[in-house]
Amino acid sequence: SLQFGTPRSVFITSLIPVGTSIMAVEFEGGVVIGADSRTTTGAYIANRVTDKLTPIHERIFCCRSGSAADTQAIADAVTYQLGFHSIELDEAPLVQTAASLFREMCYRYREELMAGIIVAGWDPRRGGQVYTVPVGGMMTRQPVSVGGSGSSYIYGYVDSNYRAGMSKEECLKFTAEALTLAMERDGSSGGVVRLAVVSEQGVERQVILGNQLPKFSTV
Amino acid sequence: MREGAVNRYTLKNAGLFQPNFGAKKWTNPSTTIIAVTFDGGVVLGSDSRVSAGESVVNRVMNKLSPLHDQIYCALSGSAADAQTIAEIVNYQLDVHSIEVEDDPLVCSAATLVKNISYKYKEELSAHLIVAGWDRKKGGQVYATLNGLLSRQPFAIGGSGSFYINGFVDAEYRKNMTRRESQEFVVNALTLAMGRDDSSGGVAYVVTIDKDGAEEKCVLGNELPTFFDE
Repeated sequence: SLQFGTPRSVFITSLIPVGTSIMAVEFEGGVVIGADSRTTTGAYIANRVTDKLTPIHERIFCCRSGSAADTQAIADAVTYQLGFHSIELDEAPLVQTAASLFREMCYRYREELMAGIIVAGWDPRRGGQVYTVPVGGMMTRQPVSVGGSGSSYIYGYVDSNYRAGMSKEECLKFTAEALTLAMERDGSSGGVVRLAVVSEQGVERQVILGNQLPKFSTV
Repeated sequence: MREGAVNRYTLKNAGLFQPNFGAKKWTNPSTTIIAVTFDGGVVLGSDSRVSAGESVVNRVMNKLSPLHDQIYCALSGSAADAQTIAEIVNYQLDVHSIEVEDDPLVCSAATLVKNISYKYKEELSAHLIVAGWDRKKGGQVYATLNGLLSRQPFAIGGSGSFYINGFVDAEYRKNMTRRESQEFVVNALTLAMGRDDSSGGVAYVVTIDKDGAEEKCVLGNELPTFFDE
């Protein structure tokens, strides 16, 4: 019977990867990426300070959701392939190239894998870009993308609050607020909010601790 | 299995909102409903889609059902179950209001709905949100999911409601005006209908205050648009 709150079994058999909230937003000059920090095995939180923002190259990151083992393995393989490609090319790789490599692997092995990945970064040709490679292996570029089990709860918030042409600070605030809302409603997301800004200048990382998260009260 | 209980894993042929084909272990009410209190009354909203599998069998269904003059309920879950509960409670409220010679309280209506939902919780799969205005406590919203009774400043329900949890958490404020609450409800419904394939069509909005109930239908092309449209 229906339990109070969302039973976790809803997510296990749905196509939304379990246990995460991740997000990436493009702005003029770069991208802002964010994730929660909870890794669960069943009801136990195996890691409450996980870093789900994985560097693939100097200015290309990926946000991982779904099976931790699968996404780590894919990210390692793509990091190797991209590094090799960039040496051959003798210049920084394109974000689209990284996203295509992810897509190639996620689509080819779609039956075995459970991985939802957002690839985001900056390159000199097209600036800040966000590509989403959800479960199943499609790839599409979007100005803003959310993923993971917690993402269902914030589609409405993101749809209504995103505006094109936001500044870096506005994107940081938008991402932190959206992830906080997702973490409040999704039992498999929580902990701290990890943010990173990837731009021409490089990568700036920050962490927002639990007591510093934005507050929404309906009381 | 309790004697006489209907096996909820059997096919529900009349389940218009969700057809339960095969071994689904839980119900997935295919709707978006919302009810919000404002200073002086309540606003209820719903989408208008009734689907059976992939096909939409009714694209203009009004899921806001009157229980009394100033008390409405929003239906979600199995259409048959929800409509039956609403009709039974409508009858019981009429009898009750004649006995007490006064308009019924919203709390009474919600309790009657809760009693049916709880007693038959194994057989039924419907979630009704009860909202209205009475002289004693003004505008009130009650959630009756699966047999509990909870008074809340606002309530959302149905499959589409998952996508707007973040939105309503962030945007709801106490003591909104009548106009702001109506906009809040229409925005929430539009966002949910944009993401949930089991919700769609038009938005029905009912505003209830001390002067009565006002029903409105917002057509598809009058709904607000967001950045990617």
